[in-house]
Amino acid sequence: MQQVVIANRLTDGVVVFLGRNRCWVESLDDCPPTEQTDEASALLALGVKAEEEQEIVGPDLIEVASHQGTLVPVKMREAMRARGPSTRTDLGKQAGN
Amino acid sequence: MYEYDEFDADFVNQRALQFGRQVESRLSGKLSEDQFRPIRLMNGLYLQLHAYMLRVNVPYGCLNSAQMRKLAHIARVYDKDYGHLTTRQNMQFNWIKLSDMPEILLELASVEMHGIQSSGNCIRNITADEYAGVAAEEIEDPRVYCELLRQWSSLHPEFSFLPRKFKIAVTGSEKDRAVVKAHDIGLRLHRNENGEEGFEVFVGGGLGRTPFIGKSIRAFLPTEHVLSYCEAILRVYNQLGRRDNKYKARIKILVHEMGSEAFSELVEKEWAEIKQGALALPQAEIERVREFFAPPAYEALPEEDPDFEAQRKAEPGFALWARQQLAAHKRAGYAIVNVSCSPVGKPPGDISSAQMEGFADLADTYNFGEMRVTHNQNLVLTDVRKRDLFDLWKKLVALGLATANHGLIGDTICCPGLDYCALATARSIPLAEKISERFADPERQAEIGEIYLNMSGCINACGHHHVGNIGIVGVDKKNTELYQLMLGGSAEEDASLGKILGPGFDEDGIVDAVETVINIYIDMREPNEKFIETYRRLGPEPFKDRLYGAPA
Ligand code: SF4
Repeated sequence: MQQVVIANRLTDGVVVFLGRNRCWVESLDDCPPTEQTDEASALLALGVKAEEEQEIVGPDLIEVASHQGTLVPVKMREAMRARGPSTRTDLGKQAGN
Repeated sequence: MYEYDEFDADFVNQRALQFGRQVESRLSGKLSEDQFRPIRLMNGLYLQLHAYMLRVNVPYGCLNSAQMRKLAHIARVYDKDYGHLTTRQNMQFNWIKLSDMPEILLELASVEMHGIQSSGNCIRNITADEYAGVAAEEIEDPRVYCELLRQWSSLHPEFSFLPRKFKIAVTGSEKDRAVVKAHDIGLRLHRNENGEEGFEVFVGGGLGRTPFIGKSIRAFLPTEHVLSYCEAILRVYNQLGRRDNKYKARIKILVHEMGSEAFSELVEKEWAEIKQGALALPQAEIERVREFFAPPAYEALPEEDPDFEAQRKAEPGFALWARQQLAAHKRAGYAIVNVSCSPVGKPPGDISSAQMEGFADLADTYNFGEMRVTHNQNLVLTDVRKRDLFDLWKKLVALGLATANHGLIGDTICCPGLDYCALATARSIPLAEKISERFADPERQAEIGEIYLNMSGCINACGHHHVGNIGIVGVDKKNTELYQLMLGGSAEEDASLGKILGPGFDEDGIVDAVETVINIYIDMREPNEKFIETYRRLGPEPFKDRLYGAPA
């Protein structure tokens, strides 16, 4: 199972993922998932710390899978967060705004 | 419309400044999310799937054009250029930045608006009949009492930490457009045999996970006692309502568990002690508030306008719209105009900033500068001269607000669902879009006739699915959206809860199922029989048999 940490950025609520170099990034593409349970827990701990440091809100580990060469969250709810509303494809990450 | 006095204006402004400072404390780390969450919720700010969401109160659905322009400004500058009309007659913005909140609240305060008590376990925005004050069949204007209730319930020190949220709706007409029987308290203004004004009081209605139709606990409450009686209800609830289990904390559970008679006895007892106290409303106070809702400067006009009749004959699009969207006004020569915000294939209740501004202009030109938001996620112009209808219609067409589907299957109630809402289990907007596309043909919609289709993206039922003639609720089954179909609900004076018909359908299947239900109705209805009447006459069997196969 591949996992990443998801959260909302504190200042604007935008969905972010814990990416390379332990930076919060807006796109899953910039976010190498982990398959190791230990590493996943360590990443989540970083999320909790980032929440304490007022960077993000609500860190959570989610499962992702490769789909046509890109990473997508497995759960519908998280897929929606990673993409934007399905009824407004002109908005959110899918539209780059 | 009610206007703030100095005290109200100063208070809302102070609260905006205070919340602004609280946001700063949060951003600088002095407040943790756990500490901040209840504060932001009490100011109407949620954290949803994609961003923060701000809910702005529209007291009993009444707005003026300056307020609508301000909402447009907020949509354009601070959000993604649109807002969403909700089933509590409010407006929500889906893409708000926390860091913009201090400015946004000051902007709102400048037009007497805010998000206070639009969330949290307190008394929420009072809702009312959107035709209040103008409906031809109205008994009395409920807005006077809505305003008195708004003032009483705002920052009520005893009722800021109720077991759970609390919703009140008021109607003053025979026809219930305010869903009063699905509210924690529903008030129906009427006259007794002596011609005196009073309320029938319903309690314990509600939708969500455990739906109930409200029980009538008092047939006639003189209007001067409306605050004290509501206070008594709230006191009983505040004391006895369950706090051990969030899902059993609404007043409907208390009323159900103890029985409405026992509940009403406690209320009467409590009320006897306070009814002559500070909350008794002197007639002068009722009259003072009534003045804010004095009728606008109507002209003396003949009931029929010859130009209007001629324009209808000449322009079929206008005729269709006029047939569907107008309602009878108290005053001769005027009409109530329903403005649909559920265009074919678009999210119900979404409105762009350009539409908001354009609509505010129309309200200024044709409607004394005021407008209403409905619980059906539409807008209403209450006082349009019949002779202005044709011009108004042309401008609505240009704004994309002239869909003619009022009370028809295309005019669905639909919550935000999984496209936005953090609590959702399935999407709801795409379904509403598909259904309105499936039934896009106006003639077909008209042939089907009056029907209410309501849908929600989870059991919380913000989309009122239990009281839709056809109700749809989305559930998550092993990470796939599944939609349950229910029939037989009604939100009106004959309120009833729909019943689930059988196993759920997938996204395409549910649209087909709705069409099957409609076809059965058309096959089996008696002349002039509405969908709900046919369903009540036949029961669920014919629908079940066709959808799931007759039992062997
Ligand atoms: S019904 Fe559920 S999905 Fe819809 S808005 Fe309410 S909580 Fe969200």
